[in-house]
Amino acid sequence: MRKSSSGAGLRWHFGLPARPRLKPRLQAQACSTLLLAMIAAGCRQDMHDQPRYKPLAASEFFPDGRSARPIPAGTVAIDELQNTDPFYTGYTGNDPANFMDTIPTPITAELLQRGQERFDIFCSPCHDRLGTGHGMIERRGFKIPADLDSDRIRQAPPGYVFQVISNGYGAMPDHRDQIPAADRWAIVAYIRALQLSRSATVADVPAQNRSQLGVQ
Amino acid sequence: MPQFFSRNANSVARLSLLGIVGAVGALACYGYWIQGSHYETRQGEPREQPVPFSHDHHVGGLGLDCRYCHTTVETSSFANIPATKICMNCHSQMWTVAAELEPVRQSYRTGKSIQWTRVHDLPDFVYFDHSVHVRKGIGCSTCHGRVDRMPLTWQAESLRMKWCLDCHRDPAQFVRPRDQVFNMAYTPPSDQLALGKQLVSEYRIISRTSCSTCHR
Repeated sequence: MRKSSSGAGLRWHFGLPARPRLKPRLQAQACSTLLLAMIAAGCRQDMHDQPRYKPLAASEFFPDGRSARPIPAGTVAIDELQNTDPFYTGYTGNDPANFMDTIPTPITAELLQRGQERFDIFCSPCHDRLGTGHGMIERRGFKIPADLDSDRIRQAPPGYVFQVISNGYGAMPDHRDQIPAADRWAIVAYIRALQLSRSATVADVPAQNRSQLGVQ
Repeated sequence: MPQFFSRNANSVARLSLLGIVGAVGALACYGYWIQGSHYETRQGEPREQPVPFSHDHHVGGLGLDCRYCHTTVETSSFANIPATKICMNCHSQMWTVAAELEPVRQSYRTGKSIQWTRVHDLPDFVYFDHSVHVRKGIGCSTCHGRVDRMPLTWQAESLRMKWCLDCHRDPAQFVRPRDQVFNMAYTPPSDQLALGKQLVSEYRIISRTSCSTCHR
């Protein structure tokens, strides 16, 4: 039986005439050309840079150079359907003067902690962590923001505070794109807690927690 | 017939064979070294940007939280490059005539995107997700370094697969408490491995080293 490793095995099996072998020198040339071609192909970045867009990547196809497409005129986005929902507007009856006087989520310790975290991220740069209005951005020259413990804001309904976070007020820009509605309500709840803390006395702290204050 | 070759020609021939093998080996080592070098990975190389944005100033100096601008890092694979609007939250009032900020104002006026230079560019065959890493207690600075000390942003780590796997094989070395994820100045405690092991079980972290975890 003929060994198939002799090179002509397969052709022999199918009754084909043996193909003349390449001369050794030609063989070496063919091998080195193939090797070079493979090395050169390795330098290409086709797999690294595939013809797909990563988020916010630049595009050569669209005239504005963006792969993230702006919403076409006349489109009603899903969250615009919430325009009349008090949870997203802060006022009831679709009346911008009729602010909600309650926070539309149950007030829990988790909500307040979430509110504290989000307040520190998004509000404290200007309002500072206590809400006095002397945050770092204000100290660098931004218009002095309202003291969140002022009478005006203490007496304002929660829906009003929510609406200000959403749409801005005076020099304060809107934050609806940065903070989802549920987090805005958490911030409103935390601002209420801050207001409480600013006028609180040691007597307001439960006896078993007083030692944590470092005062007698 | 005179002798062409001296008596030690055989040794020279053998030595040069050895030399060729050595040279090929050395070339391979050199290639491997080049691949992992900062020259190839661009590790530690500050990138030029259309606006010389300084994390050193905004995070280190002003104390802004990462999430003020990178709003989607907790909920999406992509950490979000802030819209020009977020820059203008403060810069509508501050440094309003600074020449360095003209591209920002121009972008705000015209609605055209600022073309930032990407600093961390993973190959397109890697599907990285920020949200799960943040959720499982991997701090920003673990991969991005002390961004709060970078005047221009650079890539702090190599981003090679080996580097990813170093953590994926043994996450306990790097995982930190969730509330410390965004703390740039966090330093691991001396008993990191003990804490890490505890957090790995608490956060139910699974060491994922299957190819399809990152490559699809």
